[in-house]
Amino acid sequence: MNWRAVYAIYLFEMSRTGRTVMQSILSPVISTCLYFVVFGAAIGSRITEIEGVPYGAFIVPGLIMMMLLTQSVMNASFGIYFPRFIGTIYELLSAPLSFFEIALGYVGAAASKSIILGLIILLTANLFVPLRIAHPGWMVAFLVLTAVSFSLLGFIIGIWADGFEKLQVIPLLIITPLTFLGGSFYSVNVLPPVWQTVSLFNPVVYLISGFRWSFFEIADVSVGVSLAMTTLFLAVCLVIVWWIFKTGYRLKT
Amino acid sequence: MITGSPAFAGDDEWEYVYNNFMQPIITVSQLSKTYASGLEALKNVDLTIRRGEIFALLGPNGAGKTTLINIICGIVKKSSGSVTVDGHDIVKDYRAARSLIGLVPQELAVSAFDKVWATVSFSRGLFGKPADSDFIAKVLKDLTLYDRKDSQVMTLSGGMKRRVMIAKALAHEPQILFLDEPTAGVDVELRKDMWQTVRELRAAGVTIILTTHYIEEAEEMADRIGIINKGELILVEEKAELVRKLGKKQLVLQLNGKLAAVPPQLSAHRLTLGPQGDELIYHYDTRGERTGITALLNDVRESGIRFRDLQTTQSSLEDIFVDLVSERK
Ligand SMILES: Nc1ncnc2c1ncn2[C@@H]1O[C@H](COP(=O)(O)OP(=O)(O)O)[C@@H](O)[C@H]1O
Ligand SMILES: [Mg+2]
Repeated sequence: MNWRAVYAIYLFEMSRTGRTVMQSILSPVISTCLYFVVFGAAIGSRITEIEGVPYGAFIVPGLIMMMLLTQSVMNASFGIYFPRFIGTIYELLSAPLSFFEIALGYVGAAASKSIILGLIILLTANLFVPLRIAHPGWMVAFLVLTAVSFSLLGFIIGIWADGFEKLQVIPLLIITPLTFLGGSFYSVNVLPPVWQTVSLFNPVVYLISGFRWSFFEIADVSVGVSLAMTTLFLAVCLVIVWWIFKTGYRLKT
Repeated sequence: MITGSPAFAGDDEWEYVYNNFMQPIITVSQLSKTYASGLEALKNVDLTIRRGEIFALLGPNGAGKTTLINIICGIVKKSSGSVTVDGHDIVKDYRAARSLIGLVPQELAVSAFDKVWATVSFSRGLFGKPADSDFIAKVLKDLTLYDRKDSQVMTLSGGMKRRVMIAKALAHEPQILFLDEPTAGVDVELRKDMWQTVRELRAAGVTIILTTHYIEEAEEMADRIGIINKGELILVEEKAELVRKLGKKQLVLQLNGKLAAVPPQLSAHRLTLGPQGDELIYHYDTRGERTGITALLNDVRESGIRFRDLQTTQSSLEDIFVDLVSERK
């Protein structure tokens, strides 16, 4: 293993965040606050609580997940797409590096950023509503697992994309809708039965449900299933990344 | 002390000498590349690069120079054949092979937002070398970039950006340096500096492979020259040998009348008669002690042959190149 190289990529990507603090940290925090005001205050005045949890608190895990997913995907996809776009990818390809190490550097950095962001949002949310975390260990586990899985997904998108449109289309047209429909702001149980069944095909449902369970011990699907589905998603992404590496897809002509 | 054996090197010494000085540092054998488009960019290329030499790969645009370099460096996948770098296969043993190589690609590609120092250090890190700020400082100073070490790359001129790319390639102390069209679009001053750097690197034992489509550049810098066209390596020769061929000149006397044969009075000069019979052609070496031109002209006058014009031509590397390339058509 060329750990120095992994570390170099990791540091390089993290310092990119440093340069763009406004964009990378501040804007997600501000939009989270806005969600809070709009959903928490507006809807929260009508729905006081869900399954015994005050509505304002109920949406916190969903909000964090939503930011975690979009930011992981955007950070990781941009991180690897950018060198491809400007041509500096030659440096990664000609270095004594395995693809696995390249992925580790980029995915590690993207996941770290999302996790930090998730924790910042958690602290921000705590200013609005008192929060109680029933299983902090599991909370962190879901946070990390999700950040890593979706950073991997982002990495895949960044390698597949051949234009900036494609880079933006996935988060915009797939990730965001899936999160909204994945129970960020409601319990899936309140949906009509047909839609409940449809929801089960949405991987984000399992993430949010598991994450919310670690806070309030309420869940749409059982925690075991949540964990299994998250791990499965991670495994699928790993297989795709492994395949990309094996074939040099979109990286080597 | 008296020993019976003469001054023959022992086997160990021989092996040492062979491994360190004579063994080729890069061996390319039967290398072919067909791009997904079906284009055959390289056709059964065989090439060995000697340790410590400056090798110029000369060929017109689209000849396959970049493809060859990119395969050796791990950027393009080969279709068939094999390449070893210091004995390491570039596929099976890619880490060992690549860690010896520094690459300055043809296209200017460097992230505009990074600072010079950071991007050069990053390159070193990618090659798994521990940080060494003294060494990075030296590289930057050698390339007269040190003053700009804290500048963002985007604030630099095009020539300076190219220097940054060279610094990045040198950051991990490579033994082999590839320069793909290093002087394309580069001003005279940078060109001079660049050649200075190349000479210093060579003096330090670095093997340098550069590509160019400028003949003078190959002539000026290289120890050996390889000529490539349409994916085929046509010729590999010591530069000195090519220059010797270049040293040949010819003198053409355009006669007033026609001759059936070279007159016997002139036989000492090894002349040839032009196809129309109205030209006498004389070959000579510009770098010989004497060219023999005075004697020839004297004899011509004495034999009563009148000429109305004369011209000299030199076969340049360009001619050799054009000949070689057109022969292949
Ligand atoms: N990625 C690619 N896909 C298809 N054809 C390519 C690709 N890269 C180069 N070529 C073609 O291969 C040939 C050799 O190109 P190249 O190695 O860049 O030549 P040179 O560096 O000598 O100018 C050219 O005809 C070029 O168009
Ligand atoms: Mg080229």
